[in-house]
Amino acid sequence: MQNYNVYASRLVPKREPFAPGHRACIGCGEALAVRLACKALPQNVIIANATGCMEVVSSQFPMTAWRMPWIHTLFENTAAVASGVESALKAMARKGKRPDTGTKVVAMAGDGGTSDIGIQALSGALERGHDFLYICFDNEAYMNTGIQRSSATPFGASTTTSPAGKMSIGQKTWKKNVPAIAAAHDIPYVATASHSYPFDLMAKVAKGVAMPGPAYIHINSVCPTGWRSAPDLSVRLGRLAVQTGVFPLYEIENGKYKLSMELPELKPVQDYLKLQGRFRHLSEDTIREIQQRVVEEYEKIKEKAQ
Amino acid sequence: MMGERIGIEVSQAIAEAAMLSNVDVVAAYPITPQTHIVEHLAELVANGELDAEYIPVESEHSAMSACLGAVATGARTFTATAGQGLELMHEVLYVASSMRLPVIMSVANRALSGPLNVWGDQSDLMSVRDTGWIQIVAANGQEAVDNIICAFAIGEDRRVLLPVMVHVDGFYLTHVIEPIIMPSQEEVDQFLPPYDYPLPLDTERPVTMGAFAPPVLYPEAKKAQDVNLRGAMPVILEHWDRFEKEFGRKYGPLEHYRSEGAKTLLLTMGSIGDTASAAVDKMRDEGKDVGLVQLRLWRPFPFAEFRNAVRDADLLVVVDRAISFGGPGGPFCSEVRAALYDEEKRPKVTGFIAGLGGRDITVAGFEEMVARGMEIAETGAEQEYEIYGVRE
Ligand SMILES: Cc1ncc(C[n+]2csc(CCOP(=O)(O)OP(=O)(O)O)c2C)c(N)n1
Ligand code: SF4
Repeated sequence: MQNYNVYASRLVPKREPFAPGHRACIGCGEALAVRLACKALPQNVIIANATGCMEVVSSQFPMTAWRMPWIHTLFENTAAVASGVESALKAMARKGKRPDTGTKVVAMAGDGGTSDIGIQALSGALERGHDFLYICFDNEAYMNTGIQRSSATPFGASTTTSPAGKMSIGQKTWKKNVPAIAAAHDIPYVATASHSYPFDLMAKVAKGVAMPGPAYIHINSVCPTGWRSAPDLSVRLGRLAVQTGVFPLYEIENGKYKLSMELPELKPVQDYLKLQGRFRHLSEDTIREIQQRVVEEYEKIKEKAQ
Repeated sequence: MMGERIGIEVSQAIAEAAMLSNVDVVAAYPITPQTHIVEHLAELVANGELDAEYIPVESEHSAMSACLGAVATGARTFTATAGQGLELMHEVLYVASSMRLPVIMSVANRALSGPLNVWGDQSDLMSVRDTGWIQIVAANGQEAVDNIICAFAIGEDRRVLLPVMVHVDGFYLTHVIEPIIMPSQEEVDQFLPPYDYPLPLDTERPVTMGAFAPPVLYPEAKKAQDVNLRGAMPVILEHWDRFEKEFGRKYGPLEHYRSEGAKTLLLTMGSIGDTASAAVDKMRDEGKDVGLVQLRLWRPFPFAEFRNAVRDADLLVVVDRAISFGGPGGPFCSEVRAALYDEEKRPKVTGFIAGLGGRDITVAGFEEMVARGMEIAETGAEQEYEIYGVRE
C-alpha cells in the first residue's frame, strides 16, 4: 500500500467513468470513493443514483460527469429504480427486444438515502432478489442539505439537526448498522469498504457487481465539509476510521463474515476524533464511552469472522 | 381474427388489455379497488400467458419508481393503483412526465383518507391533475380496455413520450362484469407499434438521465413540458381516429349525449355519465331541454372542443366528485368556469359536488341537481357551489 504511487498506474484502470470536472468540495472522500468504485466496475453497467451530494456535484444540466448510462430520479427510490432497470433488461433479453449484453445494474446512494428514507425501497429490492449491486456512500450525515444528522451519524457527532449544546452532546444514538440489516436479507454479498483502502474497495466492488443476485457495499466516505476536518486529511481520516475500529472492513459472503485486514491492535479512537470539528465538544468521559463501544462492536465482528 | 364480446369483470379486462399490449414489466402493489387488476396480471404471468417481469414491489412509491427504471431502459411498462396508492406515488409522478417516460397506469378512482374510505370518487384523480400526465377518464369497461391500448400508442409516440393514466371508477367499474369486446392479439399488434424509446439507458450509448437544472434552465424545462403536453392533443386525436378505423369504436375528448341545441347541459366525468344519460332521457321525455356532455380527456384539457360544445347552452350543471377544500368548490367546476371566463358567449355555470366516497348518485339525483341548478341560475345562491345530498 505504501508504494501506491509507484504501482498505481499498473494496478488501476486509467479509465475515469466518473469524469473529473465535477463540483465536489476539495478533499471530498465521497467523490473519491465514487471514482474508485466506477473504475472497478465493468464497462457494461447502468447506474441509478439517489439525490444527494454525488448527484448534485456531477449532473448539473447540461453537463455531466458520467461516462456511463446514468439515471437519477429521486432521493429515496434508487433501489426501486434499479429494480425496474434490472427487470427491464431481463424481460427484454428474454423476449428478444434488446440484445443480452450482460449489462449490470448498480445503485448508488448516500447514508441518508440508504439508512433512512430509502431503506424501505432497499429492503424491498434485496428481498426480491434483483441482480444488482447497491453501494451506500456513507459520509455520516445529510451533506447535500447542509450537514443534518442521519441514522448513520455516529454517537456524539455535532450536526445541524443534532447540534452539541449545553444540554446535548450532539447525536444521541449509535450508528445504525445497515450492513447487518442488508445481511439479514440473506443476500449473497455484503461488504464494507473505505476510499482510503482503494484496492480493497475496488476488489469488493468488482466482486459485488459480478455476484449474481443482490449485493450491498457500505463505503465509509470522509466529508471534510461536514466533519469539519482539513481537506488534506481525508485519506488519513479514512484510514484512522479503520485502524481505530470505528469502521471495520469486512465481507459477508453467503452469511460468512471475513475481516478484510489484520489489525494487530486498535489505535485509540481519540486519534480519529480529535481531527474532526464535529467531535470537538466531547468530554473525556464521552470519548471513553465511545472507545468502549467501538471495541465491543469490533470484537463482535471479529468473533463472527472466526 | 376479430375480437369478441364476452362477459368479464372490468378489472380483469384491463389486465388483459395490458397483456394484449405486450407489456414487458409490471410493477404491482395491491390497493382496493385496484387489486383485481394486478392480481389478474399475476395470474396471466404465472400461467405463461403474459411474458413479463412482474415486480411485486413493497410500496406504490417503489412501483412507480420501478416503472421509471424499466421504461427508461426501453421496456413497455404497466402498473395500476388507486386512492392512497396514487398519493404515495405523487412525488414520482412528476418525474415520469418531466423525464418523458411513458409509463402507462390504470387508476381505480377512490376517495382519500380520512376517514378511511375505499369507495369511489375522483379525489385522487384531482390530486394528481398537475403532475403532467395525460389523463383519460373511462366511462365504462369498454372505454377502459380500448383506452389502455390507446394509452400505449399515445404515450409512446415519439411526438408525445408522456406517461398516461387511464381512470376507471373504483367499484362502479372495477368490480362489475360488463359485456366487453376484447380485441384480438392480431388486431392489437397491428394497432400498437413496438415501444422504441429514442435514448434508453444503454452502455453502447451512455446518456445522463435526470440531471438537475438550476434556475437559469428550470423554467425553460417546465415550459417545454407544458408545450409538449398541450401539443399531445392532435396526436391523441390521431390515435383515437386510427383506433376507430381499426376497431370501429370512436373516442374523442368529449362525449355528447342528446346535447345538440340543449339549453341546459349536464357535465360529468367518468361512469356517472351513464346514470346521467338515463336522467337526460327522463327529463327529455318530460319535455325538458336537457343534454349531457361527458369529458373523457382531462389532461390535456380540450379547451377548444369544450368551449364549442357548451357555447350555445344557457346553463351548465357541473357535477364534481372531489372537493377543493376552502377553495372554489369542485376542481372540475372551477376549471370549467375558468375555461369559459373569457368567452363572449358562455353559459352560466352551477357546480355540485356529489357522490363522494361511494355515495350513489341516482337518476333522481341528477334530476334534482339540474332543477336546483336552474333555480340558482335564476335567483342566485349564497355559495358558488353546493354539496348535493348531504345530511345536515
Ligand atoms: C423526499 C425528499 N426529502 C428530502 C429531500 C432533501 N434532500 C436531498 S439530498 C438530502 C440528503 C442526502 O443525504 P445523503 O443521502 O446522506 O447523501 P449525501 O448528500 O450526504 O451524499 C436530502 C435530505 C429530498 N430530495 N427528497
Ligand atoms: S459536502 Fe461533503 S460529501 Fe458533499 S461534496 Fe462536499 S465534501 Fe463531498
